[in-house]
Amino acid sequence: MKRAVTTLALAAAVAFAASAASAQSLNAIKSRGILNCGANGTLGGFGLPDAQGNWTGLDVDFCRALAAAIFNDPAKVKFVALTAKDRFTALQSGDVDVLARNTTWTSSRDTSLGLNFTAVNYYDGQGFLVRKALKVNSALELNDAAVCVQQGTTTELNLADYFRANKMKLKTVTFASADEAIKAYDSGRCDAFTTDASGLYAERLRLAKSDDHIVLPEIISKEPLGPSVRHGDDQWFDIVKWTHYAMLTAEELGVTKANVDEQMKSANPDVKRLLGTEGNYGEQLGLTKDWAYRIVKHVGNYGEVFEKNVGQGSPLKIARGVNALWTKGGLQYAPPIR
Amino acid sequence: MAIATHDSRIVGKERFVRATPVAELPAPVAMTGVIGWVRASLFAGPLNTILTVLTVLLLIWLVPPIIDFLFVHAVWTGADREACLPTAEHPEVGACWAFVRDRFSYFIYGSYPIPERWRVDIFFAMLAVGIFWLLWLEAPRHDLGALYFFVVVPIVSYILLTGWPLIGLRAVDTSLWGGVLVTIVVSWVGIVFSLPIGILLALGRRSNMPAVKLFSVIFIEFVRGVPLITVLFMASVMLPLFVPDAYSPDKLLRALIGIAMFASAYMAEVVRAGLQAIPKGQYEGAMAVGLGYWQMMYLIVLPQALKITIPNIVNTYIGLFKDTTLVVIVGIFDFLRTVEVSRIDPKWAAPTTSATGYVFAAIFYFIFCYGMSRYAKSVEARLGKADRR
Repeated sequence: MKRAVTTLALAAAVAFAASAASAQSLNAIKSRGILNCGANGTLGGFGLPDAQGNWTGLDVDFCRALAAAIFNDPAKVKFVALTAKDRFTALQSGDVDVLARNTTWTSSRDTSLGLNFTAVNYYDGQGFLVRKALKVNSALELNDAAVCVQQGTTTELNLADYFRANKMKLKTVTFASADEAIKAYDSGRCDAFTTDASGLYAERLRLAKSDDHIVLPEIISKEPLGPSVRHGDDQWFDIVKWTHYAMLTAEELGVTKANVDEQMKSANPDVKRLLGTEGNYGEQLGLTKDWAYRIVKHVGNYGEVFEKNVGQGSPLKIARGVNALWTKGGLQYAPPIR
Repeated sequence: MAIATHDSRIVGKERFVRATPVAELPAPVAMTGVIGWVRASLFAGPLNTILTVLTVLLLIWLVPPIIDFLFVHAVWTGADREACLPTAEHPEVGACWAFVRDRFSYFIYGSYPIPERWRVDIFFAMLAVGIFWLLWLEAPRHDLGALYFFVVVPIVSYILLTGWPLIGLRAVDTSLWGGVLVTIVVSWVGIVFSLPIGILLALGRRSNMPAVKLFSVIFIEFVRGVPLITVLFMASVMLPLFVPDAYSPDKLLRALIGIAMFASAYMAEVVRAGLQAIPKGQYEGAMAVGLGYWQMMYLIVLPQALKITIPNIVNTYIGLFKDTTLVVIVGIFDFLRTVEVSRIDPKWAAPTTSATGYVFAAIFYFIFCYGMSRYAKSVEARLGKADRR
């Protein structure tokens, strides 16, 4: 009986997934009048409601940018809080149109879950938090250090690999939860604490004296986080991907929320193509000519969004690092709009 | 003999009969008053004495730090995490109440749009009036109260909370609801629906009609046999796969249905226990005086059965009230979730923020659960008078 039900459910799921995929996402969103965005809801700087109940964060602003591009109104987004477990199902079942929930882009997810990662809006990776008093400037100086880490995670494995590869001695102190690990680090049981860099900055704020601690520059694992969409609708895939690229291009060209109206009169051909005063690149996407103008006007360019949510404008104060533009030594690179 | 005569005369004439009672001697000081109570309750024997000493030591060890944390070193005002960080002047920082104050309205309303929050206030007020009306014994017209509570309040609050653009109430998507609002709505729906449905299921399970009995048994056993988390998860994740996008029920509604079904199944078994405890003579007597099935149940059996199951019913309610936190599984921001979300906000990240949030949540749940338990106790006392006569 149970097996029959499961089979039935799976068959129905596949059937509906197929029908949902062939449907035009953009038209569905337009006729619905609102974009359904799968967000985190529990990660400061990426997706979290504030004291007024408004959603804030890097991923949240990405969905706002999408809504701005489609509706010219960044408020036309419904944020669906998803847990790590149900996020992919929610995307597959059509509950959300786009999943912007700090999800690591891996080959198995990209190929076997029926979804496509569009772009990387935050390059994350495992890093180390140490006391300034330790006078350590590089993770390579951590030989023989005691490191607090959450057990049973890939973080723990990466840590061991890194120390082995660099022929350093390691003393791991493992804990069941990140909360316990950071407490132990704060009380002096370990020399360093390790988790993904974005998490390190957030955890640092919980320490009794956060200014006495620094995040080391080394990133020892690749955790590219990015929004993803369902298989089967290439137009929607393009829109999501190019929304990120438009925000990057705007930053590269110096187009900001504040000066975007002025920039409409710019003679720079790149700016003209971005803002739609020349060419019809937005219409090729299925949007309007001024799609990128709307994004920058309502939400801002990538740099502004980054600084506001996780950078210097937020308590997290995460350095741009690898998330800087390619022109500034980072990895964020947008293909040209032309 | 003279002596004897004399004696008998004395005895006969001067026999002493005390007309007033002897004044009672006060009980030994050690057996009464405070000292007596202490001796009897705290130091009644060696084991008792050891336990008392241990308990006092435990309290001395535990209570002052708790008071220090909650009040003495607590931070009461502040705009962000800076206020709750230890500084040179205040090396020891206790509870960060400034954080709770800043987030208080978020804990109550979640993301409900700020200009529309008066609607939630009215809902709370209507609910409070209804509860008071029904639970306060001297209140007039309990029949009207029941009509109000079970018919008027659900309809009006549904319109009020979800909105009705036709009469000028902006529609508010349930994904914006949160905090205490969601906790109250979910537990209220669970509590209101579970008792009547549970009673029907319990009667169904004891019914002689095979179809009704089979349905009740299957429903109860199936729902009880599956964890609530599974039901909620299935409802939220699998349901959209089966129904078209437009007809997919609202996320909160899915959770409400799941919780109501769940609570009903448990309630059915509680009520069935009560039904089985009623002696067969009660049923036979009711039938002998010519009452039909429903009259028998309504007038004779259920009043007795429900009376003896009150502790269990309230137990189920309290469990249900706390189980509502499981709706976080489907991404609904109930009260506990709003506390969780706020405590990890970088704006308030400080060493004691998490602890403060959890203490606040504990106080909230305790007030509600203890209130339910006290009321149930008074109802039991009132209904139990007959048994003690």
